[in-house]
Amino acid sequence: MAALWSIPAVQTATWALVKVLIILNAMLGLVSYLIYAERKICGHIQARTGPNRVGPLGLLQPIADVLKLLFKEEFIPASANKVIFHIAPILAVFPAIVTFSVIPMGPPPMFVVTDINVGLLLFLAMSSLGVYAITLGGWASNNKYALLGGLRSSAQMISYELAMGLSTIPVLLKAGTMSLVGIVQAQAGTYRIPQTPLSLPNWGIFHWYLILPFVIFMITAFAETNRAPFDLPEAEGELVAGFHTEYSSMKWALFFLGEYMNMIVISSIAVTLFLGGWHGPGPAWMGLVWYLAKLMALMFFFIWVRWTFPRLRYDQLMGFGWKVLLPASIGNVLIAAVWLFASRAA
Amino acid sequence: MLAALFFGFAALLVVTSLMVVLHKNPVASALFLVLAFCSLAGIYLLLHAEFLGMVQIVVYAGAIMVLFLFVIMYLNLQHDVETGLQIAVRRGIGWLAGAALVLTGAALLRRGWALGPANDSVPGMESGNVAAVGRVLYSRYLFPFEITSILLLVAMVGVIVIARGRSRSARDGA
Repeated sequence: MAALWSIPAVQTATWALVKVLIILNAMLGLVSYLIYAERKICGHIQARTGPNRVGPLGLLQPIADVLKLLFKEEFIPASANKVIFHIAPILAVFPAIVTFSVIPMGPPPMFVVTDINVGLLLFLAMSSLGVYAITLGGWASNNKYALLGGLRSSAQMISYELAMGLSTIPVLLKAGTMSLVGIVQAQAGTYRIPQTPLSLPNWGIFHWYLILPFVIFMITAFAETNRAPFDLPEAEGELVAGFHTEYSSMKWALFFLGEYMNMIVISSIAVTLFLGGWHGPGPAWMGLVWYLAKLMALMFFFIWVRWTFPRLRYDQLMGFGWKVLLPASIGNVLIAAVWLFASRAA
Repeated sequence: MLAALFFGFAALLVVTSLMVVLHKNPVASALFLVLAFCSLAGIYLLLHAEFLGMVQIVVYAGAIMVLFLFVIMYLNLQHDVETGLQIAVRRGIGWLAGAALVLTGAALLRRGWALGPANDSVPGMESGNVAAVGRVLYSRYLFPFEITSILLLVAMVGVIVIARGRSRSARDGA
C-alpha cells in the first residue's frame, strides 16, 4: 500500500479523484440551493415571499423538489428517437462538469483539480459542445415546438460563442497565458493609476481595455446559458417549453441541472478572467472564500437580470449578436493589442 | 498508461469512423462523426498538440458538425435512396479511394510509428504550444495563412451574395 502510494502518478490521480468527488457533490448542493435562491429572489422581486412552507424559511424546499422529480412518471413519446432522446440530457450536464476540472477555486495546487496550459480553450470547447444537448433533445422529441426551440438555440449559441471567444482575447493578451491559474496569477497585487496617488487591485475589470470585454462576456454568458433575456429556445409564449417540451421526470431535471451548472461554470470563468479569481485581502486559505463570494455575486446578477428584463425578439437577438457584439469585441481586441504593445514598448 | 490511452482513443476513432459510414440513420452518423473528432482530439493531446486538440473540438465538433446536423435535421431524410451516379461507378470510386487509403496507411506504418511524441523536445512543451503555433503561423507560414483567410473571405462573401439574391427574388416575386 505504502509502496503504491509512493508513486507520484498514483498520488496525483487519488487527489484528483477526491477533488472531483467533492466538486461534484458541492455542485449538486449548490445547484439545488441556487434554485431555492432563484425562487426566493424572484418572489421578492415580484412582491411575494417565495417558498416558505417546507422547513424553516422553506430551506428544505430543494429536497422536496428533487423527491418530486424522482418519483414522477417518465414519459417518452412513441415516435421519438429513443436513443438520442436518452443521450441529450446527459450531454446537457457533462460539459459543465468537465469544465470544472480546470477552474481554479483557490491558490494552486490545493484548490485546482488540474492546471492545463489550454484551460481557457477547454472551456470554449466544452461550451461549444453544449449546443448538442439542446439541438438533439429538440430533434429527438419529434415535436414541432421542441424542434423549433432546438434550432433556435443552436443558431443562438453558435452566434454568441464567437463574441464570447473574442471577448476573452484581451485577457489572454494581458496575461500572456491560456492557463486559468496563470491568468489569475497575472491579476495579483495592485497597480497605480497614472498621475494619481490612487491604486487599484490588478484585476482584469480595473483595466480600462477589459471593461468592454467583461460586459460582452456577461451578455454572451446569458445567451450561452439560455437565460432571460435570451431564453428564446424555451420562449413559453411561442414554443410551449421549447426543446424540453416532451421531457419529464429526471430527464427534464438533468436539463435544468445542466442550465444551472452552466451558469456556475460561466460565472466562474468570468470571476477567473475579469474579477481576479481567488485574490482578495486576507491569508491564502481565504482564496476559496473570495472566489465563492465573487461567484455568488455573479449568480445573484444572473437571477436579478432574469426576473427584471423582458425577452428579446429573435431577429433582435441575432442582429445584436452579429452587428453589435461581434464588431465591438473585434474592435476591442485591436485596441487592447495596440495599447498593450505600446505600453510594453514604452 | 500512454499506450492504453492511445489504443483506447485509436479504437474509438476507428469504430466511430466506421459507424459514420455504416449507420443507416444520418443523424446518428453525424453524431458518430462528432465522437470521431473528439477521439482524434484525444490523440492530438497525447502528441502534446494541446492547441490543435482543443481547436479540433471547438471548430469541428462544436461549430461545423452543428451546422451539418442542422441541415440533416431540416432535410429530415427518412430513406437512404439517392439519385446521381450509377451504383457501379460509385462502388468503383469507393474501391479506388479505399485502396489508395490502405496504401498510404501501409507506407506511413513502414516509416515507423510512436504512441506519443516522436521526440521529447516538442517546441513549447512546458509553456504550452499556443505561443509556438502562433509564432510559426505568423512568420514562416504567413503566406499560406493569409491565402487561407482570403479563401474563407471569398466563401463568406459568396454565401452572403447567394442568400441575399434568393431572398430578394422571392420578395420581388411575391
